[in-house]
Amino acid sequence: MLTLELRDLDEVLTALANRGYQIVGPTIRDKAIVIDQISSVKDLPGGWTDLHDPGSYSLKKRKDAAVFGYVVGPFSLKSFLSPPRTRVIAIRKNGKGFEREPAAPQGEMKPLAFVGARACDLYALALDDRIFLEGPFPEPFYQRVRSSMFILAVDCAQPGGTCFCTSFGYGPKAQKGFDIAVTELCEDGHHVFLARAGSERGEEVLASLKVSESSPSEIAAAEQQAREAASSVPRHVDVAKAAAVLPDLFDAPAWDDIAKRCLACANCTMVCPTCFCSTVEETTNLTGTSAERWRRWDSCFTMDFTKVAGGNVRPSTKARFRQRVMHKFSYWLDQFGSAGCCGCGRCITWCPAGIDVTAYLEALCAGQGNGTR
Amino acid sequence: MNIENLSEILRQHPFLADLPEDHMAIITGCALNAHFTEGSMLIREGEIADKFFLLRSGRVTLEMDMPPRGSLRIQTVGPGEVLGWSWLISPYRWHFSARAVADVRAIALDAECLRTKCQKDHDFGYVILDRFVRLMEDRLQATRLQLLDLALLSPEVAR
Amino acid sequence: MMPAVETPAKNNSAPMMLYPSEIRRTLWETEDTFTLVLDVDHRPERYAFRPGQFNMVYVFGVGEAAISISSDPGKPAQIAHTIHRVGTVTSALAQMRKGDIVGIRGPFGTSWPIEEAKGKDVCIVAGGIGLAPLRPVMYELLRRRSDFGRIMLLYGARSPIDLLFRVELEQWGRQSHVEVIVTVDRGDSSWKGYIGVVTHLFSYLKLDARETLAFVCGPEVMMKYTLDELERRGIPPEQVFVSLERNMKCAVGLCGHCQLGPVFVCKDGPVFRLPVVRGLLDKKEM
Repeated sequence: MLTLELRDLDEVLTALANRGYQIVGPTIRDKAIVIDQISSVKDLPGGWTDLHDPGSYSLKKRKDAAVFGYVVGPFSLKSFLSPPRTRVIAIRKNGKGFEREPAAPQGEMKPLAFVGARACDLYALALDDRIFLEGPFPEPFYQRVRSSMFILAVDCAQPGGTCFCTSFGYGPKAQKGFDIAVTELCEDGHHVFLARAGSERGEEVLASLKVSESSPSEIAAAEQQAREAASSVPRHVDVAKAAAVLPDLFDAPAWDDIAKRCLACANCTMVCPTCFCSTVEETTNLTGTSAERWRRWDSCFTMDFTKVAGGNVRPSTKARFRQRVMHKFSYWLDQFGSAGCCGCGRCITWCPAGIDVTAYLEALCAGQGNGTR
Repeated sequence: MNIENLSEILRQHPFLADLPEDHMAIITGCALNAHFTEGSMLIREGEIADKFFLLRSGRVTLEMDMPPRGSLRIQTVGPGEVLGWSWLISPYRWHFSARAVADVRAIALDAECLRTKCQKDHDFGYVILDRFVRLMEDRLQATRLQLLDLALLSPEVAR
Repeated sequence: MMPAVETPAKNNSAPMMLYPSEIRRTLWETEDTFTLVLDVDHRPERYAFRPGQFNMVYVFGVGEAAISISSDPGKPAQIAHTIHRVGTVTSALAQMRKGDIVGIRGPFGTSWPIEEAKGKDVCIVAGGIGLAPLRPVMYELLRRRSDFGRIMLLYGARSPIDLLFRVELEQWGRQSHVEVIVTVDRGDSSWKGYIGVVTHLFSYLKLDARETLAFVCGPEVMMKYTLDELERRGIPPEQVFVSLERNMKCAVGLCGHCQLGPVFVCKDGPVFRLPVVRGLLDKKEM
């Protein structure tokens, strides 16, 4: 464990840039903490925290200068590994026929260094790997970005208002899947980052710094912080119980109640780091001589998602709402071996109707049914 | 054809399977062998239902008149099946026509003869009605499915 | 633990890559259903498929549609897709003529378990366009006739003019040891065959339930009542197979559109052993 100061952290960013990485990390834009290109610690949301509640998100100034003193924003690693739009294939008309250009986008793409990944982001990444890499047809764009990605993770100092990571047996401390992980200690003017490597690449970067080993009191403070964070995670889902009861609850009248406030706006699927549904669209140029097929994010909440010849399999909002819940907490287990949720709470925060998955799952499990507030 | 042969033939028809001897005898008493060549009519829509048929071989198409478009062919009845139950329900008139689309061998059963026997012997009457009710349920279900099929594939029907 | 239906071969490392293919023939089967025969003899092994599999068929400037392959797997130089004209892509395909080029990628999905049917009776039940993904099965069964017991085809369509592959239906019917029974929902003055739902045709067959495998495909409503009838006749559910259809965008289990409960119709199907999907088919708006 090494103790870094803010300037050392800056050096880590420089070191990564020098090794050819494109650095993305948290920064403030449009009154939210988004993930975007950053070049130094000055770009980080120093002195800010975020307030999460069902249907509510805002930033608030901290009393200290912590740069990682918040939890998650609306973006996740998903935006980079499986972007909102990816070109699948380009096609050029050629007489009666056509020619194809290779599927992978042309041109150099710098490897990505992701700064500020939380334990939930890492857990979600492991789930995403199952979707995109472990099926019969691995996704080439994801594969390419994933294999070269460098991850600098951050242990959450305190959980957010909608978090429930501990329900899945991990967090808020980052356990695995990172190259470097840091615990930020920011108290009484003592502002340090205790850094540990999770891979050879990470070790190599840390070794290039001129820093010293962390002191026992620093380590103790970090452990204390982690314990307190874990014990104050505000929400909870009994994942095993949900998986056990959901199949029998498909026709339960409770769904009408739970889903009645759902606007089918699809926000939850957009912000969710493990929602992977997409669609493929054809676009042509004005003269009709070339076409491109683009994969873009889609959502099971859209009206046309299940359109078949002769109609729509899930015409009602209730059915589409239920589909998302059943998929995440029941079908995922059949498909990928675990629930498809990481407990980050984004869907609760960004639901304009304030629908809380932890509340309605609890109600469903208890056999009551009214999970709305 | 003599009575013994008729009895044997009747006993082989699925509709009368497992009928006790005495009931079989009653039915045989109202039965006659029948034969229809391809294209001929066994039943005409609107006429009095004075008999019904147990088909032994061949195939019959049920038709309903649909002016001005002609006839609608709605169902076929094949070997081992029963043609007609309007003889059981007053005013005992056929609601459809039945045309042989292949040579048909059948047993014709006299409606009045059987109705009288049912009225006199309620046990026998119950057994007959019981079998017809099952047949009607089967036919009703099949008709509903046919409706579903037609509705499903028809673009005008709203979902 | 039941054996899975044969899973698709991984012969394809670039499943999103399209291959141009020339239309050799177009045949109109009914008013709204047509067959495109595609020329693939430049690389027949690329397009080799098993009965029940489908391709994504692409029209430049319009998009793709998932279409079952309806030709003979033993004749891979030409592949055929029988298509119901019902949406934008299929309408565009309907306008195409001999010499036009479409794109195909595939084949995808699971196939009908022909090996499992060896030594058994096979009862094929098809409704409407459902006969298209089953026609390759017929070709395969007839090619190796002595490997199988009885072969029965029960086929129902809306009316006589909606029957697919009429020439072949007659040919198959004339073959010894192949029982073909055709019915329509409503007849016309020239129709001498059966009129009524396809399930009623079971009354004219005496099935040996234990020895019979059933392959079912058609509109979902038709499949459901056929499954009820098969159950009534005592066919064990693990001997019944259905081919399902859902909205597909990627065909590789990634876009999520084709999910029916936990299964992806594009990769866990489209052919399923009945116990896997029976409970799912009964649910409304699954």
